[in-house]
Amino acid sequence: MEAVMISKRIIPCLDVRDGKLTKGIKFKGNVDIGDPVEAAREYYEQGADEIVFYDITASSDKRDIMIDVVRRVAETIFIPFSVGGGIRNLDDMRNVIHAGAEKVSVNSAAVENPQIITQGAKAFGSQCVVLGMDVKKVDVSDAIPSGYEIVIHGGRIYTGIDALWWAKEAEKLGAGEICLNSIDADGVQTGYELNLTWLISENVHIPVIASGGAGKPEHLADVLTKGKADAALIASMVHYRTYTIAEIKHYLSEKQIKTRLFW
Amino acid sequence: MIAIIDYNAGNITSVARALQSIGQDFVITDDTKKLDAASRVIFPGVGAAGEAMAYLRQKKLDVWLRSYIKTGKPLLGICLGTQIILDYSEENDTECIGLVPGSTKRFPEKLTEGSALLKIPQMGWNSVRLLRSHPVFDDVSPAAEFYFVHSYYPAPADKEVVLGVTEYGMTFCSVLAKNNLVAMQFHPEKSGRPGLQILKNFCTWRPS
Repeated sequence: MEAVMISKRIIPCLDVRDGKLTKGIKFKGNVDIGDPVEAAREYYEQGADEIVFYDITASSDKRDIMIDVVRRVAETIFIPFSVGGGIRNLDDMRNVIHAGAEKVSVNSAAVENPQIITQGAKAFGSQCVVLGMDVKKVDVSDAIPSGYEIVIHGGRIYTGIDALWWAKEAEKLGAGEICLNSIDADGVQTGYELNLTWLISENVHIPVIASGGAGKPEHLADVLTKGKADAALIASMVHYRTYTIAEIKHYLSEKQIKTRLFW
Repeated sequence: MIAIIDYNAGNITSVARALQSIGQDFVITDDTKKLDAASRVIFPGVGAAGEAMAYLRQKKLDVWLRSYIKTGKPLLGICLGTQIILDYSEENDTECIGLVPGSTKRFPEKLTEGSALLKIPQMGWNSVRLLRSHPVFDDVSPAAEFYFVHSYYPAPADKEVVLGVTEYGMTFCSVLAKNNLVAMQFHPEKSGRPGLQILKNFCTWRPS
């Protein structure tokens, strides 16, 4: 194992719609827990290093429900957490941060208005601003030299923007971290997109969270070593109780990958 | 009563919620009269040294802190609140409060661990190696890790005040302690149970 240094982070991702978890998460005797606050508490106790909430509430008049969720989460868990989804402007960011989130993640809004990154970093500090990137593999072209293109609005719209260029640009604009989601790998549970993760992580100086494709602890080991990711996002593999976070961390520890093992 | 110094610097509500969870009453204030009445004080902070010091000076809280520390009542510094109790910070070339001789420095550009280039800020969980025991770290396992987010680190001039160190491509002072002062670079309020234990310990600590 390398000398004592920063631990790799394991981060469960919770999708929330209208204040409820969108997928039943099975804990404790297969009882569905629909409350994101309870799910956050469970993962906090299991040893999650951070939690990501993704708000997929469609209508904007219901967004106050999410702010209430954020407030209750902040009273319940004492590790960092971020909130993304539907963040359009500085006011949205401020609401989430004042409710108690450490970080706010911007995705489509940053593509459409990159200044939101700079404004957020100036108002709250770079460490608060996470750039969420949804990426699809495409043919290499003059416009997309890396062969990875940024897609927005849930992967429906191709932007013509090169993912590697955008990652570097976002760092310059003031993003403190990148959450890199491979649309191709997402939900398939056959492993993270290692090449993409490696490419971005090697070319920016801010931490990269790998997202999309985790199905087994081996996948996390791969993305945290070969993929050079600083953190790994997980969803189905823990939501369906196939693994606990502690099991994943112990596996990583056997593979000489340092994670936080005491909590 | 515990007072949290309110100076427009970020994580005050996180600290407040952590104190709530351990059943500790507190006030959040920038009023020096209320601060005078407190039995112990927490000086938190997230943000940049320049802006923080400008605000503190405007509210005369720098002067207040320099007199408070002489009362012998406990003071807890967190993150930016730790960095700016030194004399000077390289961040925004800022003269600071000067409760502890020394300066706050930026991590060197090319920090490496083995062959890996480390990212700046350090963002995530890391260990603290205590160089001696301290009541604020009672019942905190040496295996515990703490949540760090920072590009600058405290570098006190007097090595005697270094209570704990952390490795991040280099060894830096992550906890400093001197008489009635204990100050840490990491965020105890975001470091799970070990962090809450530190806050609990601080709430009952009687500096000798």
